[in-house]
Amino acid sequence: MPANRFNGFTDYGVGIGLRIPHYAHIFERTPVVDWFEIISENFMVEGGRPLATLDRILERYRVVQHGVSMYFGSAEPLNREHLRRLKALVRRTKSPWITDHLCWGSVDGRYSHDLLPMPYTFEAAALTARKIREARDFLEVPIAVENVSSYAEFHVSEMTEWQFLNEVVERADCGVLLDVNNIYVSSRNHSFDPDVYVNSVPAERIAQIHIAGHSKFEKYILDTHDHPVIDPVWSLYQAAIRRAGPTATLLEWDDRIPSFDEVHAEARKAERYLPAPVGAAR
Amino acid sequence: MSLAEFQRRMAADLMAPMSVIPDAGYVKPNDRLSSAERLDIYHRQYWYRVIDSMYEDFPGLCAVIGQRAFDRLIEAYLAEHPSQSFTMRDLGSRLEAWLRGNPHYAGRRPEFALDMVRLEWAHVVAFDGPSKDALGPEDLLEPNPEMRLGLQPYISLLDCHYPVDEIRIKVNATLDEHGDASNASTGREHRTALRNAGRRKPKDVHIAVHRWDLTVYYRRLAREELCLLAALRDGATLAEAIDRAFESSPMPIGEIPQSLAAWFNAWSALGWLCRP
Ligand SMILES: [Fe+2]
Repeated sequence: MPANRFNGFTDYGVGIGLRIPHYAHIFERTPVVDWFEIISENFMVEGGRPLATLDRILERYRVVQHGVSMYFGSAEPLNREHLRRLKALVRRTKSPWITDHLCWGSVDGRYSHDLLPMPYTFEAAALTARKIREARDFLEVPIAVENVSSYAEFHVSEMTEWQFLNEVVERADCGVLLDVNNIYVSSRNHSFDPDVYVNSVPAERIAQIHIAGHSKFEKYILDTHDHPVIDPVWSLYQAAIRRAGPTATLLEWDDRIPSFDEVHAEARKAERYLPAPVGAAR
Repeated sequence: MSLAEFQRRMAADLMAPMSVIPDAGYVKPNDRLSSAERLDIYHRQYWYRVIDSMYEDFPGLCAVIGQRAFDRLIEAYLAEHPSQSFTMRDLGSRLEAWLRGNPHYAGRRPEFALDMVRLEWAHVVAFDGPSKDALGPEDLLEPNPEMRLGLQPYISLLDCHYPVDEIRIKVNATLDEHGDASNASTGREHRTALRNAGRRKPKDVHIAVHRWDLTVYYRRLAREELCLLAALRDGATLAEAIDRAFESSPMPIGEIPQSLAAWFNAWSALGWLCRP
C-alpha cells in the first residue's frame, strides 16, 4: 500500500533531508539516494545560489517539498503571495506531494517561525481542514500534514491530539505525514501511550513517515533533530509500517549534522522494517 | 475564547521581551512543569530562534557592538518589528531604518554600526535577490546620450564612512576559524582590528555589494562611479547620469573618457547592467 492518492501514487523508499553541509559530498560523489526532502521556504527565493543549487540536485534526484510556514492552523487566511511562490517551486521540483505541519504560527501577519501546537477544538479542526483544502485546490498537488512535537497542552482542548488529527484529515480529505519521533516526544511530555496514537491514525492516509532523534532534558524532551533515532522510536516506526505498509520514509537531521554517509546510514536502518522488494536478495 | 483570540494571546506572550513572564493560565500544567514553565519553553525558543537568525545575517554588527549589546538591540528591534514574512531571511529588512531612529542601541559609534548593518543587509539581498538578463558589451557598442540603463536588482550601492567591507571579511574569516560569535568577538586579534577600524577617522568608502558566479562580493568603487550607477538605477539618461557623476568631481576632464570606458567594461563583464 505504499502508493496512494496522498503521495501521488508513488512508491518512494528511504530518503534524507537535503542540508547545506552535505552539498559538497553530494555534488562530488553523487551518492545513490532514493529521494531528498527539501525545506520549501529555503528555495522560495527569487534568485542566486539556492535556486542554482536546487536545479543541480533536480538533475539527478527526486525531491519532495516539506514546508514549515503554511500554518494551516493559524486563524488568519492563507497568504496568497506565499501560495503563489510555493506553486512556482512545486512546478520546478515536480514534487509528487507536499507536506507541512498541523500547527499554527502566525497571527495578524506576524510570524513566530515556530510550529505551535493547536488547541484541539472542533472550531480549530474545521478551520484547519478548510485551509488545507484551499491550499490543495490552489497548488494542485496532494498535501499531507505532519503531527508536531509539543511541550504544552491547553485547557480549551476538547479532544486528544490523535482525535484532532483524525478530525482534520477526514474533513480535509488529505494525507498524513506521520512523524513517529514527534509522537514519542509528545507522549513523554504529555504522558500518553504512543502506541495508542500510532494505532489511531487513519493508516490509509499515511503518505510519508518522518523519523528523527531528539534531546532529553530533566523535565521534558525537545525535538532537536540532532541525534540518531532511538529504539522506542524505531518500534513506533515498525508499528506504523505494519499498519500502513511500506511507506516513503525520511530521516530528519538538522543540527550538529554528521557526515553525509552517517546520516544516510542512519536513515537506511529503516530498511530493516521494510519488506524486501519481490525477488531481491537481502 | 475563539481560535483567533487564543492565538493572539499566545503569540503576544511568546513575542514579549524575554524578561516578561506571561500569565500562562490557558496552559495546562503537568506533573513536572507548571503552566508558566511550559509556556516558557516556547517563549525562549522564539527568542533563541530569531536572535540566532539575526546573528547569522549580522555577525559584523555583533562584532562591532559586542554580543550583549547585540542581543539587547535585536530584542528591542523585533519587539517593535516582529517578522512579517514567512521566511526569517527578511527579519533584518527594517533594521537600518529602525537603528537610525534608535541610535542609542548602536554602541559608541552609531555610524559605524549603521554602515555595517547596511552592508550586511545588502549581503542578504545579493545572495538570493532577483536578477534580470544582463546586457553584454555588444549591447553597449553604440551608447547614445538619451539611453537609459538599469542596474541588477540584487546589487546595492553603499556610501559608507567606515571600511565595513574589509571588517566583515575579517569577521567571516574569524568565524570560519573559531565557529562562533563569542570567540569571534573575544579573539584578541579581532578586537584589535575592530578597535583600530573604529578609531580611524571616518572617510568616504564606496562599495557595491554584488554577486558573481553565485558568490557575494564587495567591490570598491570610485565616488563618481557609484554616483553614475546610482543615477542610472534611478532612471536618469546616460547623459544626465554622467553629468551628475562628475558635477563636483576633482577628476581632470581629460581622464573622464578613459574612466568611463574602464567602468563600462567592468560592469558589462560583471553583468551589472540590464534594461531598466
Ligand atoms: Fe518531522
